[in-house]
This record gives sequence, structure tokens and C-alpha cells, in this order.
Amino acid sequence: MMTSPILTARNLVKTYTQRSGKFGLGSHSFRALDEVSISLSAGSTLAVVGESGSGKSTLARCLLQLLPLDSGEVLFEGRNLATLSSAALRQERRNLQMVFQDPFASLNPRMKIGEIVAEGLLIHGMGNADERRERVLQMLKRVGLQEADMQKYPHQFSGGQRQRIGIARALVLQPKVVVCDEPVSALDVSIQAQILLLLKDLQQEMALSYVFISHDLRVVRHIADEVVVMHQGKVVEQGAVEAIYAAPQHAYTQNLLNSIPGRRAAAA
Amino acid sequence: MTPLLQVDGLTVVPRAAPERCLVSDVSFTLQPGKTTCVVGESGSGKSLTALAVMGLLSRQLQRTQGSIRFQGQELTTLDAEAMRRIRGRSIGMIFQEPMTSLNPVLTIGHQIGEPLSVHLGLRGRALQARVAGLLQQVGIPPERANSYPDELSGGQRQRVMIAMSIACEPAMLIADEPTTALDVTVQAQILRLLDELKTRMNMGMLFITHDFGVVADIADDVVVMFRGEVVEYGSVDQVLNRPQHPYTKALLACVPDADGKKPLLPIDYAWLEQQPATTAASPQHSMSEPA
Repeated sequence: MMTSPILTARNLVKTYTQRSGKFGLGSHSFRALDEVSISLSAGSTLAVVGESGSGKSTLARCLLQLLPLDSGEVLFEGRNLATLSSAALRQERRNLQMVFQDPFASLNPRMKIGEIVAEGLLIHGMGNADERRERVLQMLKRVGLQEADMQKYPHQFSGGQRQRIGIARALVLQPKVVVCDEPVSALDVSIQAQILLLLKDLQQEMALSYVFISHDLRVVRHIADEVVVMHQGKVVEQGAVEAIYAAPQHAYTQNLLNSIPGRRAAAA
Repeated sequence: MTPLLQVDGLTVVPRAAPERCLVSDVSFTLQPGKTTCVVGESGSGKSLTALAVMGLLSRQLQRTQGSIRFQGQELTTLDAEAMRRIRGRSIGMIFQEPMTSLNPVLTIGHQIGEPLSVHLGLRGRALQARVAGLLQQVGIPPERANSYPDELSGGQRQRVMIAMSIACEPAMLIADEPTTALDVTVQAQILRLLDELKTRMNMGMLFITHDFGVVADIADDVVVMFRGEVVEYGSVDQVLNRPQHPYTKALLACVPDADGKKPLLPIDYAWLEQQPATTAASPQHSMSEPA
């Protein structure tokens, strides 16, 4: 069922430097990513789980070359993204999209929904105005919005609807890989279920591969095929989701899984 | 046994639009040494219910009906001064954001000591000793008393909040989403700590949350709220394992489980509207018997 990897990261290292000491004259650096290697199979979902400070969001940004790496390489369909020219990288970005956590902060409040979703098509010079409009409309309908919504502004929508807009914006370009950074953690549980099911359906229809960043182990269990567990910038464990949840090997993973609320009661 | 807290027919409306009920006819009880969870989605009125109990509703809101009896005493008729003496003394409170609830320019020792000097008149060495004891109880080394909030992690800050709220050994603790902003392993520690303190101090806990996993871990009784109303009220076993109301069933069905076996079912609100109103709003309460 699993095919060859579509996205591979090898030995990623990313260091942040912080000022410290009196008047910030000193500095110390810490490794947000410490030799991180992952591999995403085409058409599957790879979840990256960890607590705050584990480096999972840094990994998301480094995978898409939104943050420069210190060392290591990211291969998309065999091409090393770091060595591409900026023009070539922009071309590839069509295939590599991102859905953000906070649907309130990630949509430009001054743009209409139609413009927000169409912007990527415009940047990549895809189609003429009529074709773009048609694609935006189809995409919005697919995520559960209506034609009239194209003329509205982000503040006119609820959190769940905004996340649908964020998904439409990412998917209208028909990317191959979508990095979702905590896409449902700001949402109520009933809305969260809708968005998770929408993401799953779209994955099937559009043959998408997801990197799914999350701190919520219950959500990950539902959406992921494979899991990478991160702790303090390092990958401590990775493998198939069933295997890791059934028999975690690393002590940190065990602690994480034992901390899922509701487990104690279920076991009792 | 008289309940520690008895809320009866509580109704809260905006002053500007009194016809819109934000909390409508909410009733439940809390026994000493027990935990009642109020659970619901955003906008369900769960936090407003907690604020109304504490007498901390914003000026734009108004309690139009209902009685709130705490240790047999009616709170709704008390003046602000009498209410202030109860709050922090007999009723402790913790909120979601431990950073915004702490004063950044005062040491944590100072802040934990404040309720002790205000309510119990403690000073000097006696005060310091109590602060040290409280820090120890919540698992922070007492020598950290001179630290400022920004020197602590999120979990430690929430521990400080807990130390403050239990400083005067209140009979009841109101906790509004106290672990929502925390990492899952830290959340587990804080929940354990609260549960332990509750038992040790025979405190009643009113716990507001949106997370059914948390409910399963700590609740004795559960109040499910939807659009300002209580749709279901019963023991934790009853509500989680044998829910009666269509909304409770629907809400439980969209919670992902840790084993991944249960399919996710989003709530169909249109369908829910058509369901006949059930009797679940009148609490057919199986009292959790005192052990």
C-alpha cells in the first residue's frame, strides 16, 4: 500500500541563537532540530507529535524552506529543495502547501475570500481570470462554502469556516504535499471532527500526502498512517501509528501516551 | 447532607438584550470532596455559569433568575464586600491562562501570600512558612518563592495559581479550563495534583472543561451544556457511557478516542434541531454516594 517517499528529510539541523546574560550581551544557542530525518510516503499521512518546544513547528517550516536550515537536505520527488534557485523553488512551492493553526491570524483581513484563495493561482500564473474564478469557486464549494462567500471578508466567518478557507487556499493549486501545522487545535471538538473528515476525504480525492503537526495524540491516532515523536529537537521514535500506540518503545513516548486524558478511566 | 453548592434555575442575559438567554435555567449541585464537571463547546455558557457562581459576571451581563446557595448561604443577595470575603477565602479560583492571571512584577511568594494576609491576617515569619508549605504542596521547591512568573514554565505557573487558590483552604475550588493551555504530560500532572488536593482537603471542585477525556479522568458528576442550557446531568459513568440526550451522544461521537477504533461523526446541527426535547434537562440524578 505504501509507495516510494515523496518527501524525504535527511539530518536536518536548525539552531536558534538567543541573547542571554546581563543586558543580553551573552548568547546561547539551542538546537531546535537535531539531526532530524523523516520520510513521507506518497498518498499517506505522517504525523509529527511532540510538546511545546519539541521542534515540530520548526520542522514544518524547514520542510517547506520557509526557514533556512543549518545543514541537512529536504528532497521532494528526489530534488534537493535547498539547492534549487529561488525561481525553481517558487515553481516547486505549487506542490508544497501549508495549512496553518490559527485561522484568525493566517488570513489577510483586508482581502475577500475569493481573492485569498485565488492569490496562489495568480502568483503561479495559472489560467486566465475566468478560469481562476471557476477553480476558486469549485474549491470553495468542495470545502463546504458557497459562491456568495467569495465576496466576504475573513471576519465574517467562524473559526471552522476560516479553517475551510485556509484549506481551500492551500489545495486550489493542486499540490502534492500539504504540511498541516496544528490545523484543528484551535477548534471546538465538533468542528474539529468536520475538518478532520474533510482533510481525509480531500486526501483521497486529490491524492495528497500530508505532514500533520499536532500535539493531540487522539487526533493523530485518527488521521495518521505513520508517526514521528519529537522531543527536544530530536526524533525519539517513529513508525506505523498502530505499532507505536500499541507498543511504544521509548520512555518519552510511553509517558506521552499515558498522559492522554481519558485513558486512566478507560483502563479502569 | 446539605450540598456544598446548589445552583438552582440560574439565568444570565446581556443587559442590552435581555430576551437572549446566555445561561438558561441551569441547576446542579456539588458535594464536598466531589468534582462536578461542566462540559460544553465554546458559547455553551459553561464559563458564564462559573463566573455567575463567583459573582464575577461582567457589567454587561445580568443574572435575572436563580439561586446560588453555598454552604447553605444564598450568594445572590450578598453585597460586593461580603462576596469578596467569600471569594479567595472559602471559594478558590483558577483560570486557563496562568501567565495573564499572575502579576509579572511581583514574586510568586508575594502573590501566594496575598490571600493569606488579606483573609487570614498572617504576617512575617508565619506568612513565609505558610507560603513555603503551599509551594511544597503543589510540587515547587520552596526556595523558588522569590522567583518572578516569567522565570517559571507554564506548568509551574499553573501550580502557583493552584497554591494561591488553595492558600486559605477553601471549601470549594472553581477551575475554568485550568489545563487547556498546557502540554499533555503537564496536564496529566496538574490533574493528578488537583485530584489529590481535593481528596486531602475534602474540597468540592467545580471544573469547567471542553475535553471529555479530562472529564473521564476527574469528574464524579457531569453537567453537559448546549446553547446556554443544561441538556444532560448525571454521574460520570451515566453521561459518558449511557448518554440520554441527542446532543451529548453527538458530542461524544466527535471526540477522537486514543485507540482510533471509533469512527468520527461530526454533529449534524440541523438534525439535532429536529430532535424532540428530552427530559434530560431535569436532572434525574444518581447521587454519587459518599464513600
